[in-house]
Amino acid sequence: MDFDNPLQKQLPWRWQEGDLTVTRSNAWSGPGCHEGCGVLIYTDKEGKMVKVEGDPENPFNQGRLCVRCLALPEVTYHPDRLLYPQKRVGERGEDKWERVSWEEAYDTIVTKFNAYKAEFGPQSVVFNQGTGRDVTWANGRLCYGFGSPNSSDFQSGMACYLPRLSSLYATTGSFLVADCSQHFPDRYDEPSWTRPECIVIWGCNPIISNADGFLGHWIVDCMKLGSKLIVIDPRLTWLAAKADIWLQIRPGTDAAMALAWLDVIINEKLYDEDFVEMWTLGFDELAGRVAEYPVEKMAEITWVPQEKIEAAARLYATSKPAAIQWGLAIDMTKESLPAGQAITALWSITGNVDIPGGMVTVALPYGADIWGGDWGYSHLSPEAKAVRIGLDKYPLLQWGLPLAQADEIVEAMLTDDPYPIKAIWLVGSNALACMGADPEKLMKALNRMEFVVNIDLFKTPTAVACADLLLPVLTYPEKNGLRAVWYHIGNINKAIEPVGEGKSDAQLAIELGHIFNPDLVPWETVEEYFDAVLEGTEMTFEEMRDAGAVLYTDFEYKKYEKGYERGDGELGFNTPSGRIELYSTAYERSGLDPLPYFEEPTESPFSTPEMYEEYPIVLTSGARHWASFHSEHRQIHRLRAMRPDPIVEIHPETAAKYGVGEGDWIWIENHRGRVQRKVQLTTILDPRVINADHGWWYPEKEPAAPSLYGMWDVNFNKLIPWDPGRSGFGANYKSLLCKIYKVNQGEEAQSWLP
Amino acid sequence: MAALGLLIDYEYCTGCHSCEVACQMEHGLPVGQYGIKVAEVGPWQIHADKWQFAYVPIPTEQCNLCGERVAKGKLPSCVHHCQASVMKYGLVTDLAKELEAKRQMVLFVP
Repeated sequence: MDFDNPLQKQLPWRWQEGDLTVTRSNAWSGPGCHEGCGVLIYTDKEGKMVKVEGDPENPFNQGRLCVRCLALPEVTYHPDRLLYPQKRVGERGEDKWERVSWEEAYDTIVTKFNAYKAEFGPQSVVFNQGTGRDVTWANGRLCYGFGSPNSSDFQSGMACYLPRLSSLYATTGSFLVADCSQHFPDRYDEPSWTRPECIVIWGCNPIISNADGFLGHWIVDCMKLGSKLIVIDPRLTWLAAKADIWLQIRPGTDAAMALAWLDVIINEKLYDEDFVEMWTLGFDELAGRVAEYPVEKMAEITWVPQEKIEAAARLYATSKPAAIQWGLAIDMTKESLPAGQAITALWSITGNVDIPGGMVTVALPYGADIWGGDWGYSHLSPEAKAVRIGLDKYPLLQWGLPLAQADEIVEAMLTDDPYPIKAIWLVGSNALACMGADPEKLMKALNRMEFVVNIDLFKTPTAVACADLLLPVLTYPEKNGLRAVWYHIGNINKAIEPVGEGKSDAQLAIELGHIFNPDLVPWETVEEYFDAVLEGTEMTFEEMRDAGAVLYTDFEYKKYEKGYERGDGELGFNTPSGRIELYSTAYERSGLDPLPYFEEPTESPFSTPEMYEEYPIVLTSGARHWASFHSEHRQIHRLRAMRPDPIVEIHPETAAKYGVGEGDWIWIENHRGRVQRKVQLTTILDPRVINADHGWWYPEKEPAAPSLYGMWDVNFNKLIPWDPGRSGFGANYKSLLCKIYKVNQGEEAQSWLP
Repeated sequence: MAALGLLIDYEYCTGCHSCEVACQMEHGLPVGQYGIKVAEVGPWQIHADKWQFAYVPIPTEQCNLCGERVAKGKLPSCVHHCQASVMKYGLVTDLAKELEAKRQMVLFVP
């Protein structure tokens, strides 16, 4: 076909530069990340990858690249890569494995899964995954093809983006992102785009975290164009230091802050009356609820002075357009849905919805379902759908992504209630060391399983502790694939031969899915499957590859005024009322409070003052570092050298009070357990708050239990319970209480060698 | 020959380390050696709402301004990959003029 799409910039996908061959691609997992930057992969005459560069022709990253892709050859060629399928031959935890063929691996999976299906029903097999992988779509298809309704992750309250997505879907019928011109191939030159007058960075550090298809340095681009910044963060990040206003919030009080802003904006009539009147439902009810959260009271709760909260709310509401780049901190509060709802109300009542430089509604490009995990769910039988775990307890799960509720899965694994779980398919997830709360409980649950398949790039503590079958996957230069974010879709193009016998995550899911259910998974090769995903583009995978870096969608603003938001073509939003529901009928139908509210973290200076006496420090965690993606990259020497040890940031006053100093190893302890960190003194935190790294393990240490790569001493999740919010979404991963004290000499978890 | 240099707008350098690793990979430098290295200045509080918190990448003895890349019409690897787009390569005489246009700029002639 000829490519007459004016949005498509035709570019070669492979060419020669002297002795080197260059392959244009889009970077996506493994290793994991949330982006999909354009890359150029350089290979030599022997076909070996020598370097990766950012693709200057790709509008997404415009040539820039972070350290993790720059160091990619050292990931792909790392001697610890998993290179072939292995089955466990010792006990779980002994780290004794035997190489097997793919044929044997597939036979084992098919035989066991089908046996569990016959005896206990397809729901007895759970298909879980980690974050940031390109397998969500295929994994869902495998799960539903097999016939199980249970697909999810091992994270309490699925507390990563999913709470915000669910909140958005319930109240707006769409998803919204901060508009930094990312929908346009000509980016900042696009005439219909305007830079945000003000950008609020809420509970994230996007220049490092780069979450959810949003490249953080777009914020820096907008700053140069004149956007003002408000940063809401317990830590003084670089962005906070550059901000017009930094609100140093107490961890876990984001909903209180949002309600305080609403209080100021409503009281001072700084909202957009026309938009509220035309396009929202329940403003008066919202105003009534907000009156219960006056700014002066919220100032006490959030530990931010009232004048600062008011100044920020006014700056935000009087700047138009204004965008809010929100982050994980909102999901990682237990009552995350009302927090997300309150923030959504902020951009809704100020009329910043789907306007240039505001919050724009987004959809899957060309209908290519690459983010969503529900691809194929509709094919499940009503009986299978009815037994999805968590559905009875959390009715909101009926709408939006058809996830099984993670805390309930773990309970079912431990108790056989509501029914036995027998096997886990676990792809791209080091749940014990990274996303799972209370790892002892999770390990116990996993070790009640008769069969655990773990699929990853490297052997992890989770694999050694719990896996029966270990399957290797490919890094992105070794495979064909697709990367779609809200704005565009592009190919992952294979540039080198796989270093071992690995398969791509998607290939695994499709091949197995085809065996289990050739009707729902009819494709014999992964490329045929890509063609099916690309149907809406009217291109095949190969045509897409030949057509250039990425294919953009035709983007328009104010879709709600044009009938583009709803399936029926009516004006307005894709909600029952056709309006943005400040008063949520979806929450009401699910037995939840229809209006936003704030609830103290379960353990906090205010909710548990007695506990606060014993554990007198507020503990937060999870701030990102450049060198790793969650628990990945710990074995990559060049990256590990940037962050050799698990760090806790402590204000010097606090450190002095507890007799610890720079570089000391300390225990961070709460009533659930204790974990070691190395002290870094810094004034970027309130003296009442400390911040610890997450996702640590030591690939250089003994894999076999009880060591599990030295994980137990440094596993932050020992301090976190499985305890989700009322909706089933959200958990307090970032707002805990603790005490600290020095580690005895000789017992330090220090491990790194120069 | 006219001198060449790197102009850096350190008002917007985020300290992402991409220049460091891009250079290491381009020139095959071992871990611990750098052709350009990011220095951190701060953070400390100047007054209530004002902080010093800056990063400045500094080219080292091992920087050759990517002569081979430049000869092929490319940018030095650090400039190409800089996530904050704060680095500019060119003739010192041209770059020096830009120093007058804004503050928090530094010009290196490695």
